[in-house]
Amino acid sequence: MDGLAHSGLEELVMKKMVYLKNVTTLALDPGKCTGCGMCLEVCPHAVFEMNGKSVRITDRDACMECGACTKNCPVSAVTVQSGVGCAAAVINQLLGRTGECCCGPQDGSDVPGRVGCC
Amino acid sequence: MPMNKTNNAIRPRPMIELPVISQSGAMQRPQAIPPRPDQPFVSGTLRTSVGMVPQVESGLTGCDRWGSVKARWGVWRMNYKIDPGLYALGRPHESSEVFISANYKLSFDALRSSLPGRNAWILVLDTRGINVWCAAGKGTFGTEELIYRIQTSGIKQVAQKGKLIVPQLGAPGVSAHEVRRHTGLKIYYGPVRASDLPAYLDAGFKASPGMRKVAFGLKDRATLIPLELSIGLKPFVLIALVFLTLATAAGYAAGDLSGVAGFVQSLRTEGLFAVAALGAAILAGAVLHPVLLPYLPARAFSLQGAIVGLVVALAVLYWRGGNIHAWPGLLEALAWLLIIPSVAAYLAMNFTGSSTYTSLSGVKKEMRIALPAEIAGIAAGGVLWMGSLIAAWRNWL
Repeated sequence: MDGLAHSGLEELVMKKMVYLKNVTTLALDPGKCTGCGMCLEVCPHAVFEMNGKSVRITDRDACMECGACTKNCPVSAVTVQSGVGCAAAVINQLLGRTGECCCGPQDGSDVPGRVGCC
Repeated sequence: MPMNKTNNAIRPRPMIELPVISQSGAMQRPQAIPPRPDQPFVSGTLRTSVGMVPQVESGLTGCDRWGSVKARWGVWRMNYKIDPGLYALGRPHESSEVFISANYKLSFDALRSSLPGRNAWILVLDTRGINVWCAAGKGTFGTEELIYRIQTSGIKQVAQKGKLIVPQLGAPGVSAHEVRRHTGLKIYYGPVRASDLPAYLDAGFKASPGMRKVAFGLKDRATLIPLELSIGLKPFVLIALVFLTLATAAGYAAGDLSGVAGFVQSLRTEGLFAVAALGAAILAGAVLHPVLLPYLPARAFSLQGAIVGLVVALAVLYWRGGNIHAWPGLLEALAWLLIIPSVAAYLAMNFTGSSTYTSLSGVKKEMRIALPAEIAGIAAGGVLWMGSLIAAWRNWL
């Protein structure tokens, strides 16, 4: 299965694994950005790119609003309303349950980071 | 798996707004309880200047592997935690790297098993048994907890020259510059996958662009299926029992045979079919959707699930071969055409929580339409299905 998972076919379609367009709350203030590159380092979806002495957003729709960039931007140039994109958590919230979302057992590598909700 | 029930109770929540730590790194907050050396995966202890540190090996035992199988199937998964604190992988020294991990055993195991033949410190944060990425999203794998563990574990004394490596997926909870401000330590973000750690270390703490990206390959998705199924199991059993009872009863009432023979026949042709159709809905939403994810048209998970569900529903009805020119058969067909896609859409929508690329804004947008549609679909389907039973029973229409 490992072989199939990393086969050319999966690689090819992986680029298409993008969620809804134009929904992310990600914003960048180029005036504040010092170009330290921390956001490039922590972003799990390569949303940012270096553009001279500051960064720019190149793949907005790939943003999953995890909040790693905001948290690690020393000058608060990147902002995003972060949260876990999990339907069960939203339902719990609607029902007024305090139930936390998701996150059960994981692949230890934490890659499929979040598992079906509680 | 023994659990540490005492740790959480005794340790007060750390607060970073407490007095700033002095330059010498002296601890001003309560000392954390060190991890117990009698946990099953601990192979020995290492004598250090800050006391005995539990030692672990890179290789996993059969017991470790069996535990992870159970965790994946949802057995005791919430208790699959280890003691937080400092561990030694092999025989680390003062310039060995310090890897930060979560106290979810699978995360810890993935880390140590990726570092065969290496000596390192592993500093385990208390994430309440949750993996790194999830815990980072909640903030339990976070700045505050990391600072607390750095200050209370003695890591600064035993690994004076070691680099601190935080998994990249911990970044949503950790503010590297804040940690540095409070502890003086620079954080290096390691690769997304623990298996890339040797390459990262050998490249001089440099991650290639590929190591920084989260994938969601077939293997990752397939790994999640058991859990998706186990979550849906209980509601499935309850609903299936109701369907089984009603369908069998109605089939019996409408059938020609009486007695045990009639019961067996209606159970086989009506009751078990209803259960199979419900099972097909679960299969569509919790198995086929995750497997086929990248190949499905549509971006919204619920819509993808509905599409898979519709195909499965058509297959189920073809297999059933009912007479759609009579009311009972037609109502039944319509009922399953509504129920199966709606259930599949709901289950697929819930898979957003497991996926690695769905944003909260997107999920909320999708749900505004999908959730009412799923509820309406299931309700309408249920009514039609009941209608088909009544129509068959009364020989109406």
